[in-house]
Amino acid sequence: MTTDVKTPDDTTDAVPAGRSSRAHTALRRVGWNTRQRPNLLAGLLALAWAFVIAVPLYYIIQSSLVTRSDYLSKTFLAWPTRPTLKNYQTALDSGFNRYLLNTAVVTVFTVAIVLVLAIPAAYAISRSRSRFVGRGFSMMLLGLAIPAQAVIVPLYLIITRIDQYDKLTGIILPTAAFSLPVAVLVLTSSLRDIPRELYEAMTLDGATVTRLLFTLVLPMSRSSITTVGVYTAIGAWNGLLFPLILTQSDSQRVLTLGLWKFQGQFGTDFPALLAAVVLSGLPILLLYLFGRRQLISGVTAGAGK
Amino acid sequence: MIPAIDPTPSPARRAVGDREEAVLQMSDHDRRPGAVWALPAFLFFAAFAVLPMVLVLVLSFTSWNGLGDPQPAGMENWQRLAKDDELVASLWRTLLVMVASWALQTPIALGIGVWAAGKQRNRAVLSALFFVPLLLSTPAIALMWRTFLDASFGLPNALRGVLGDNTNLLGNPDLAIWIAVFVMSWQWIPFHTLLYQGAARGVPVVLYEASVIDGAGRWRQFWSITLPQLRYTIVTSTILMLVGSVTTFDAILVLTEGGPGTATRILPLHMYFMGFTGYEMGYASAVAVLIVVLGTAMSLAAVRLSGFRAMQSQSEGL
Repeated sequence: MTTDVKTPDDTTDAVPAGRSSRAHTALRRVGWNTRQRPNLLAGLLALAWAFVIAVPLYYIIQSSLVTRSDYLSKTFLAWPTRPTLKNYQTALDSGFNRYLLNTAVVTVFTVAIVLVLAIPAAYAISRSRSRFVGRGFSMMLLGLAIPAQAVIVPLYLIITRIDQYDKLTGIILPTAAFSLPVAVLVLTSSLRDIPRELYEAMTLDGATVTRLLFTLVLPMSRSSITTVGVYTAIGAWNGLLFPLILTQSDSQRVLTLGLWKFQGQFGTDFPALLAAVVLSGLPILLLYLFGRRQLISGVTAGAGK
Repeated sequence: MIPAIDPTPSPARRAVGDREEAVLQMSDHDRRPGAVWALPAFLFFAAFAVLPMVLVLVLSFTSWNGLGDPQPAGMENWQRLAKDDELVASLWRTLLVMVASWALQTPIALGIGVWAAGKQRNRAVLSALFFVPLLLSTPAIALMWRTFLDASFGLPNALRGVLGDNTNLLGNPDLAIWIAVFVMSWQWIPFHTLLYQGAARGVPVVLYEASVIDGAGRWRQFWSITLPQLRYTIVTSTILMLVGSVTTFDAILVLTEGGPGTATRILPLHMYFMGFTGYEMGYASAVAVLIVVLGTAMSLAAVRLSGFRAMQSQSEGL
């Protein structure tokens, strides 16, 4: 089976390669350099958009570093003459610590649930011949289309009925459920790339189904597990919808909700509010510095390419 | 059930074939994970995503104030839906947000995506900056713009020379929804840029080389090669934008809370206010069903209009 498939693949690969080299010769003959002149229009667009992104980001950092009275009198985008970290102290003193901890708890448990459920599921989907598994996978794929916003009323009903309202568990459960389809999809497509021969060779050597998971599946799918973990973590860290409708007390408040409440609480104390905004984004921005590639593949995991 | 194996394996593969034979003699149970492995994930997803989806339809035929039990209410909510002027208005606003954010996001994301797929200098630095909005939470972004556009201390105040005393941009009912569209686009353009960047990198270089021989300039290359080659990505990106706009919620909630007045109250906000501040959960469910139908219809329409019409391979003629 494998040898049959290989042959046409090789020929299709050969055709563009052949054309390509022929094209290269022709190009050289007409004196065209493969390195083109820079694309000016697109470059200008990119530069303009970089500006649109950078200016408000600069604004929040700059404004979070001035005292309240300096903020009221400063020139719009001028760098503060007397920068201070006092606003960060104010934000941290206003319950930010607890919100940060709550968000961390929600994120860690959501990622754990998603990985613990999705990895065995993807393993079964990619290997099992059971029709039930196939049906379940179709259900998940259809489930990709369920918008979380549209089901907040029944979710509120379910979470209150199982007595998880105003608890972090109440946020974790639906957040994990809505991350599952993408997680299963990404993991399944990566597990399908593991050659059948490896499973068979290891089975012959006496590996059980469970052992295969730990010695073959997990090591071979490490990068897609990272992708799924990052995707789930960012969703949980940044989520507002479920915390908004499923919690109410201050002790169960997460960062996103806390930011929104800060806005009412601080009134016109914009520097403190903006310090809180910066603080809320800091952990993920730090991750971005160290693992840009993983973070980007995690963020786009939902696009299902 | 077990797929037939080539009956005459090559001599070199005979040893491997014997091994395969031995594996195939083992029962499925010993070689493959059973349904039990997938069951927990399926049940969990069914409980917290599929069940709510079914319940939202059921609840749309009930009357429920959020406490106690939902009471059957027949067609009441649906009859009310047909007569709700505020619903019609929020539906129009939703459509406006949808069209406007598509028209704003697509050209910018496409242009930058194609540019970022190339090999320009400084590209890495700018690309690193482009994706920052993707990492911030929606409330953080909305609050950033809220303060940035503040009437007394933000950009409008700095532009007093141009704007005069009309510095309260977010408080202007005619402007607020356009600002909301812009803020949402600011947040999501990086995501679509990544989609286009990935797709543009996959366009075969041969096509460009051949077009140069035919005398095509860069502009012509973009319209005749890049754009047609990216059409499936354009469909994907469009579907994500349309569905995203129909269900968008938190950005506008934090940015304007639906105001001033009801100027930015789009469909999901209408549902939220009906359900969680008006405690009319049954009616909110009916609006939610409408949102689901609208979102599904939009993505089906996008696929129909652009995807199936031209089913030929993207690499045809190579």
